[in-house]
Amino acid sequence: VTQPVFWGLVGMALVIIGLYALLAHAHLLRKVLALNVMSSGVFLVFIGLARSAPGDGAPMAADPVPQAMVLTGIVVAVAATGLALALIVRLRAVTGRTTLGDDAGD
Amino acid sequence: MAELLDTQGGGRCTVANRTATLGSARARNVFPRARRALLAVALLGLFGGLALAVLSLSEPAPGLAALVSERLGESGVDHPVTAVLLNFRGYDTLLELVVLLLALVGAWSVGRARGCAGNAPGPLLSELPRLLAPLMVLVAGYLLWVGAHAPGGAFQAGSLLGGVGILLCLSGRTLPDWAMGLPIRLLAVLGVAVFALLGVVVAMLPGSAPLDWPPAQAKTLILSIELAAMVSIGVILAALFTGGRP
Repeated sequence: VTQPVFWGLVGMALVIIGLYALLAHAHLLRKVLALNVMSSGVFLVFIGLARSAPGDGAPMAADPVPQAMVLTGIVVAVAATGLALALIVRLRAVTGRTTLGDDAGD
Repeated sequence: MAELLDTQGGGRCTVANRTATLGSARARNVFPRARRALLAVALLGLFGGLALAVLSLSEPAPGLAALVSERLGESGVDHPVTAVLLNFRGYDTLLELVVLLLALVGAWSVGRARGCAGNAPGPLLSELPRLLAPLMVLVAGYLLWVGAHAPGGAFQAGSLLGGVGILLCLSGRTLPDWAMGLPIRLLAVLGVAVFALLGVVVAMLPGSAPLDWPPAQAKTLILSIELAAMVSIGVILAALFTGGRP
């Protein structure tokens, strides 16, 4: 297994772990954290696979385009997380709950 | 955000109340063990499929690295990632700043911030920012400048500035009232405004398109945009942390 493929596999594993947490946990804060783990996995896959195969003894040459796109992705993920947390705070202030669902009251 | 992280009182509910909420949420929504196992098995299968997809990729992956290094001379900067971000794929970066601004508008429309004045820091947190904040601003400036030829740039510098804001907020320091109105809003839109304005101005040059920097002025233009973007990113991140409009 070469280095790009290794990081690709690690990133996929992070996505799956995050997906499990997203489905299994009800608390919205945990869901937001799970989404962040998933996005980290996607970024790792992208960055890892962007490293092209090295020549003999030459350092790994990285493709700058995926790196720039992942930088963009990180900022968008941070923005989405901030908005989601603001919505959770508001939901808690209005309904007193931190989960989604129809059953009213704790 | 500050409210969710708040552990030192001053929040609206007691600790007991909060643990009760967490506990009942856990009890109500946790899957039965059998369904959890089923979910885990299904996700393991999905991982197997994804792993096969990764393993079957062609190894010397086709990429744009050669194309970028070939045109790097016209970009105005020496670092390929900065060149891609602010020159070759400028639209991405402009719209990314818009996304940040939209998130801030969304968070502000949801509710009011609790304010930083209520935070009661311990002795370490109340004095450390005096030392750290100037240093962090200095490092942000360095990161912005170094982005032209090494890893760094507006986003790294901006997130450091956002960190300064969060540190000051946690230590109970707050902006003066006059800065809470128009000034903070102007600073938040500064990045998008400068980027879009310069992008439109260069489009008026003969034979040019929006965001198509002329190579001779590219470095000046990119640095001006990065400076404005850094300030905006810092302000937006710190404002998002307070969780609502001031």
